[in-house]
Amino acid sequence: MSSTFETVSKIISETCDIPLEKITPESHAIDDLGIDSLDFLDIAFAIDKAFGIKLPLEKWTQEVNEGKAKTEDYFVLGALCGKIDELVAAKGA
Amino acid sequence: MRLEYFQMITRVVSFDAQAKTLTAAADVPAESPVFEGHFPGYPLLPGVLMIEAMAQTSGWLILGLNRLTAMPFLVGTNSTKMRDFVQPSTPLVVHAEMVGDGSGYAVTKAFITREGKKVAEAEIKFAVKTFPDPKFALMIREWGERLQFPFEKLETA
Repeated sequence: MSSTFETVSKIISETCDIPLEKITPESHAIDDLGIDSLDFLDIAFAIDKAFGIKLPLEKWTQEVNEGKAKTEDYFVLGALCGKIDELVAAKGA
Repeated sequence: MRLEYFQMITRVVSFDAQAKTLTAAADVPAESPVFEGHFPGYPLLPGVLMIEAMAQTSGWLILGLNRLTAMPFLVGTNSTKMRDFVQPSTPLVVHAEMVGDGSGYAVTKAFITREGKKVAEAEIKFAVKTFPDPKFALMIREWGERLQFPFEKLETA
């Protein structure tokens, strides 16, 4: 069974045509990988399908815009995978 | 259909909140300035307008499922196919089904039939955003009334 990071990095690589080796847990989706909001919708759709969850993108964006969170809290891939694991665990609880 | 005004749907035929599907009638007019250019002497419904018809049908589906609380805006298509020419005076039926209902986005699969035969299909992606202002929301509501959108079914959405 693939780890969360393996699944997410594969989705990003295929969706945005980014070589897999360039994607690390420390990569910032926007600043390092250059993923824009439109590509991120495709990624969110694929992640939602792969993990059976609903990434709360609107809530995250609002928190960042209001200064309650930093973009790296959600868009650095290691952190993103942690959030995905939390959502998957909450679904099964 | 009023092609020159980008009003692609004639009326909403059915909306099923449980199945997350919507069907619309789209009657291609006999005449339109669009046909004068596309093409002179050989009028065809442009493929981009078929995509628009599928997007608008999907849009009403998304609006129905969110009870007219947020507006879907077209951001992309995948697997788009135009399978046959469509001439003026053709009644079309447009079908849309929700396949991805996320936070701030939605994905549908849509297709168009003529006499039961598929003439176009696409997967369509939308950003779903709050209405820019109350007037816009009211305009959408009134547009839906003209299309005979079954607002009574929003209770079950």
